[in-house]
Amino acid sequence: MCSYIVEKAALTGSAAKGRKGWMRIDTANVYYDHPYYSTLDHVLAIDFTNEGDGGRDRVAVELSADSARALVERILAALASGEAAHAAPGVAAPAI
Amino acid sequence: MSYYQGLQAESVAFRGDNGDTGEAYYARPTRAGKFPGIVVIHHLPGWDEWIMEVVRKFAHHGYASISHHLYFRDGTESPDDVGARVRAAGGVADAQVMGDTAGAIAHLRAQSNSNGKIGVIGFCSGGRHAYLAACTLPGIDAVVDCWGGNVIVDNPKDLNDKRPVAPIDLTAKLNCPLLGIFGNDDANPTADQVNRTEAVLKKLGKNYEFHRYDGAGHAFFNTMRDAYRAEQAQDGWRKVFAFLNRQLAASAATIAAE
Repeated sequence: MCSYIVEKAALTGSAAKGRKGWMRIDTANVYYDHPYYSTLDHVLAIDFTNEGDGGRDRVAVELSADSARALVERILAALASGEAAHAAPGVAAPAI
Repeated sequence: MSYYQGLQAESVAFRGDNGDTGEAYYARPTRAGKFPGIVVIHHLPGWDEWIMEVVRKFAHHGYASISHHLYFRDGTESPDDVGARVRAAGGVADAQVMGDTAGAIAHLRAQSNSNGKIGVIGFCSGGRHAYLAACTLPGIDAVVDCWGGNVIVDNPKDLNDKRPVAPIDLTAKLNCPLLGIFGNDDANPTADQVNRTEAVLKKLGKNYEFHRYDGAGHAFFNTMRDAYRAEQAQDGWRKVFAFLNRQLAASAATIAAE
């Protein structure tokens, strides 16, 4: 059953590339529910939108639950290693 | 006469809630005759391709069938994009869906091919809407609820301005025969919730028929999902057409379903 539950994440300084090219995004709508396109019963879906610009366009993904969890881990790992690599000499990367 | 008869499917305009004009998908047998009408209510993700297949399936089986786009007010882009926008806004209000569904019913009744009988079927959140329609709208002769969740609302916090009443609380007003199709592995509605719904229907003396399927969960008719279960879906569709043919006096053009 469709749940209507949506977690909204505010985004700053972010952008996504959709069918019209690059756009700034200020919101990620995140939900775990029935998909539109995936064949799975449920997916972790993320819609990246710019609500400040009317929210008409979106960049969308539908992920399996396992894929979503693995992606979260890889995002955190990439942030950790990337921030460490880009930290100024002598300045520790922020803990995550 | 050919064993398989022709049908025509097309996009049409219909007059929905508040007099708003929206888009619907309409399919009908092309042969001459009078046909029962069936309104197909789509699920929350949107007005998708599988729903259009269902509309054509009904036409194939001798029904004039319509599925109205519940999100037509929210844009003319791809239905998945419009559906995502509606979801982010908390969905559509029950009152608006009922107004739109009344409009879809009126559209079918206004066609010269109408035999005067109208059924409503819905899937997932559309199943819940179908249940609501049978309890709140006049002029429905039969209703089919396919795994509609949240007919029973256990947590009052799940009620809000858009969905202010649990459909189960309107059951006393159910004014037509009801067919329910459910998978026993579904998480919403659970088997327990289906049992509780049936208990209310029985207590109120309503005309209903429930069919529960082992080895099936949510949306097991949907051939575009891993949830599809061929054996259970075939039997379920037979139950749907047997019920509707009985209630709506279909013109025996139910070719392949029986």
